[in-house]
Amino acid sequence: MKKEMDPVLQMKHITKTFGSVTANRDVDLSVYSGEIHALLGENGAGKSTLMNILTGIYRPDGGEIWYKGQKRDIHSPKDAVALGIGMVHQHFRLIPTLTVAENVYLYSGKKSFFLNRDKMEKEIRECSGQYNLQVTPEAYVWQLSVGEQQRVEIIKLLHQGAEVLILDEPSAVLTPQEAQSMFDTLRKMADSGKAVIVISHKMNEVMKNADRITVLKNGRVEDTMPASEADVERLTRGIVGVRTLPEQEREQNSEPEPGQRPVQDPEQEAQRESVQGGQQTSPAAAEGAAQGQKSVCGEEVFFMEAVSAKNDRGLPALKQITLSVRAGEIFGIAGVAGNGQRELSEVIAGLRPLTEGKILLSGKDLSKASMKQHIQEGIAFIPEDRLQTGLVPGMSFTENIILKSYESDRCSRRGILQKQNMRDDAEAYAGQFDIRHGGLDLPVGLMSGGNQQKLLFAREVSGDPRLIVAAYPVRGLDIGAAESIRKILRQQSRRGAAVVFISEELEEIFAMCDRVGVLCDGELMGIRAIEETDFQEIGRMMSGEREETK
Amino acid sequence: MIRNLRFRKRDSVSMARRILTPVIFVLLAFVFCGFLLAAVGSNPLAVYARMMKTVCSYSGLTRSIEAGIPLMLTGLAVSFGYRMNLNNIGADGQYALGSLFCIGFALYGPVMPAPLKILCMFLVSMLGGALAALIAAFPKAKWGVNETILTMMLNYIFLYVMDFLMYGPWKERNQMVAQTRAIREKYWLPDLGSSGINSVLLVVIAIAVLLYFFHTRTTWGFEMEVIRQSPRAAQYAGMSVAKATLLVLCASGAIAGLAGFAQVAGIIHRVQANLPNGAGYTGIVIAFLAGLNPLVVLLVGFLFGALQISAVAVQLIGVPSQVATMIQGTIMLFVVAGEFFNRYELVGRKK
Amino acid sequence: MSTTLLISIISTAVVYAATVLYAAVGEIFSQRAGIMNLGLEGIMLMGAVSGYMVAVYRQNLVLAMLVVILVGAALGLVFSFLTVTMQADQTVSGMAMLTFGTGLSGFLGKGVSGVNANLAFEPIAIPVLSRIPVLGPSLFDQNILVYLMYLIIPLSMIYLYKTRAGMILRALGENPAALDSAGYNVFALRYAYVTFGSIMTAVSGAVVSLAYTNFWSDGMTSGKGWIAVALVVFSAWNPLTATFGALLFGAISIIGIDVQTVFPQVPSQVFSALPYVATIIALIFTTGNFRGRRSAAPAALTIPYDREKR
Repeated sequence: MKKEMDPVLQMKHITKTFGSVTANRDVDLSVYSGEIHALLGENGAGKSTLMNILTGIYRPDGGEIWYKGQKRDIHSPKDAVALGIGMVHQHFRLIPTLTVAENVYLYSGKKSFFLNRDKMEKEIRECSGQYNLQVTPEAYVWQLSVGEQQRVEIIKLLHQGAEVLILDEPSAVLTPQEAQSMFDTLRKMADSGKAVIVISHKMNEVMKNADRITVLKNGRVEDTMPASEADVERLTRGIVGVRTLPEQEREQNSEPEPGQRPVQDPEQEAQRESVQGGQQTSPAAAEGAAQGQKSVCGEEVFFMEAVSAKNDRGLPALKQITLSVRAGEIFGIAGVAGNGQRELSEVIAGLRPLTEGKILLSGKDLSKASMKQHIQEGIAFIPEDRLQTGLVPGMSFTENIILKSYESDRCSRRGILQKQNMRDDAEAYAGQFDIRHGGLDLPVGLMSGGNQQKLLFAREVSGDPRLIVAAYPVRGLDIGAAESIRKILRQQSRRGAAVVFISEELEEIFAMCDRVGVLCDGELMGIRAIEETDFQEIGRMMSGEREETK
Repeated sequence: MIRNLRFRKRDSVSMARRILTPVIFVLLAFVFCGFLLAAVGSNPLAVYARMMKTVCSYSGLTRSIEAGIPLMLTGLAVSFGYRMNLNNIGADGQYALGSLFCIGFALYGPVMPAPLKILCMFLVSMLGGALAALIAAFPKAKWGVNETILTMMLNYIFLYVMDFLMYGPWKERNQMVAQTRAIREKYWLPDLGSSGINSVLLVVIAIAVLLYFFHTRTTWGFEMEVIRQSPRAAQYAGMSVAKATLLVLCASGAIAGLAGFAQVAGIIHRVQANLPNGAGYTGIVIAFLAGLNPLVVLLVGFLFGALQISAVAVQLIGVPSQVATMIQGTIMLFVVAGEFFNRYELVGRKK
Repeated sequence: MSTTLLISIISTAVVYAATVLYAAVGEIFSQRAGIMNLGLEGIMLMGAVSGYMVAVYRQNLVLAMLVVILVGAALGLVFSFLTVTMQADQTVSGMAMLTFGTGLSGFLGKGVSGVNANLAFEPIAIPVLSRIPVLGPSLFDQNILVYLMYLIIPLSMIYLYKTRAGMILRALGENPAALDSAGYNVFALRYAYVTFGSIMTAVSGAVVSLAYTNFWSDGMTSGKGWIAVALVVFSAWNPLTATFGALLFGAISIIGIDVQTVFPQVPSQVFSALPYVATIIALIFTTGNFRGRRSAAPAALTIPYDREKR
């Protein structure tokens, strides 16, 4: 970092509102050439909005942008590109039906009428060689892995001459190993004089790889510091604010469960985990749900054998998966997002048909059963995209509560909805699960993410399900809501429900689960008891190394 | 100045605005059509005055209702389908097949007591409409084939079927007009007292009320709404989208088929070549204008009936009767554009 | 089958193909841009009537085509305004265009309904080529609008797959956000392609009224706009495949008429309905989602692009 230089980019007093929501309020940000600058904050803190303003996707309601010493109005992405500001979005902006070369050339300025494919491909090879970014220019993007797609995105930026590169949560889709090599590449680019901005919510990664860190909270800048001065306590305070910390500590003290510890060092964490392995059963044992021994929680509730399934495009997504879950057990599924987690959760829940294999729930064959039968058999499902699949955003709180039970005797008589009963139930759930809905008749799309997820959980666990499939249940939630969700899951498991818990955060899996299976490219790389494994081993399995199952 | 204005998504839409916006844009449509009328040499004010005069009389009222009844039914049919995002533009063909089933049963079916016979006519016309829709509904439900194109193609096919029967085996003998003979008078639905309005109107109103109740108060209506808003969430909740698609499209066809029953049992008591006469397309405009609300469909259907009879009347002063279709199309275009102002508002940019 | 019959089948199939292909190619471009225009039938009728009116009143085919293009452009701009700027539902907007075009064309065309223009695009035999046996008289003794179609098919293929603009078009219907961030004006591009599609559709209508049937009557395109929409879907958005489909339909409709002379006892309506039956069957077999088949539809088709959507 070169402090003596003027910042290449300055954002001053940026404000942006969407309807009644303020996404950015009076935000200042300075970025220097040659540095990796991290924007840290929770989901919804306004990081992405700020960067979308910088790249001209959104227009700010107020504030100024200074670039290379001049005040600039960035009205469109085109303006940003012309200035040399480019962004790799969290959802890649690639066109699957075009080749890598075509995707890159959509972005760069050689305005010839006809396409010269040979020249295009040659230029891309040169560019990828310079920063060690391996890609195949003639391949179609839909053929590429996520990591490769990310490299194409970076090459796109370099090829169009970007001086400021912005990456939105770049490590979210990568294995730990891939993420490290990606940061090495970013370092190379910073060393060559470019400014790199990385949006992240992972403190460890940011402290390790960034030069400076800016923390955003609720649309405001909480703190800015050199990475050398950052520590977990200071960052946490910035991210979540002071208010929630005592609450967290209190829970930690009163209820010594593994999930409560703030996690800092993966290695240390894993060790502690194994030390405290025996402790994990204590709450369950206290309630008499478990049978003493840790690995045997109860009888086997769910069993799937050699199950394969296809994804939405008709390509194989799950290959010969065999696993079982016991009553009272939380079974974690780790893996980089997009390696079959979605399909696995849908297959277990009954939403996706199997192409082969069989599924048993308490001995009953559900391999060919309909979704309705799965629901009746007591399988609850918290889907990955809760707002699109799990809820109907345009419908009311009450209607979402009865989404699965609208045909029950309580909700309908001879096909006619019993609105009073429905309202009573909705009211009861809202109280029991502390859901702030703003009105039982308002569309749930207007509720906050945390309350939406609580609503979803309230409905799903209401019938005391035998099996709960939860895919990324706390993703994007604020800390308070995430904690109540985890609490619900633990309560359910203590009650005797079998839980399948899918997450991409290893810390969370180690804190929550009894056993963990690792998915890579649709295959189950292995299953481990939590106390017998560590981050390194799981990380290797995530990147596709198969290890002997004990 | 202009640069500082921009559109912003509204958080909510008030009831008044929801009603007022379409009304304003319908009026704008009439203004636009006025220019077109002037362009072909008519005096728009005179034309509109004549149209108003035609409608604003008792006989104008009854004839508007008569012309409006099939339109109400096609409007109900289209809005029922659209309540689950199914674009049934085949109401014309379903109406045709419904009327053919109805007249076929009335003329060539078994003799039975009048109430029973009328009930059976009611049912077979629904059956005809449902069958017409089924040909599109099955491929849609099973393989996801585009229902819009399918129902449209079926329109042409059923109109040819109708054409064949009207000019061929079912044609009334010794008549120039391509039509069937009238059904026996004892199978006619009575008029309401001496009002000159046929009691089939009550049937239509009953159906609209039933549909309203269906949408707002039943589990099936709930299921339809979930599927409309989010087919994925519906699957997730264990609903069968394919089954619902099949049933809803067929039911939509059955409602359109009832327009045939209304004509045969209530209004003209026979079937003529090209009886639907574009009622299916008018039904699309009606359904959309009515915001898919069955009760509002009745009102809008009546207004479009009035538009049609007044268009016939202005032929006398040299305006093509196609003016009705033109006004309908213009109204639809303007109201679609007007929707935007329900979703967005114009605000000044804050500096 | 006699040679003359064969020639008549091929040449009618080709003219028939021209009546739907302009519209189909235009709609392919429009849908590749992400906008589905279901109002083709209405636009086609407007093209047919405006061309025919100029032919009747001005007796000038060049002027007629200019007016047709203007009418197509105007309707295209209206449709893009609704769907791109106003972000209205594309199905509903298409229905609006359909009813508007049908109604307005009937209203305007009342004066020329049944009137003989005594003017149409006459076949011009191309020297040498037209003397090839069978294919010569059927393919190269056609009117200029058909020849123009011969050019448009390969040109549209080259444009789509070999040029930079075509590459951008292919991306536009897949991921407009990506193009936006690449600095392209998604709105302007969509306006351009929708308007182009509408112009082509209006020309299709003019082919019907000025080169195929040579008269005007209310609703005369009788579903050709819809057949064009169907062609787009089952050609998998490829102009060349659409051409084969259009020729097939042309052949089916003309064979019906020829077969009718052989089987007079079969009602004529059966043969008239054949193209529609064929469309339904073809649509089911080519676009039906049988076991694990993936749709080739542009991913962003019918989804309005809203830059500020979060």
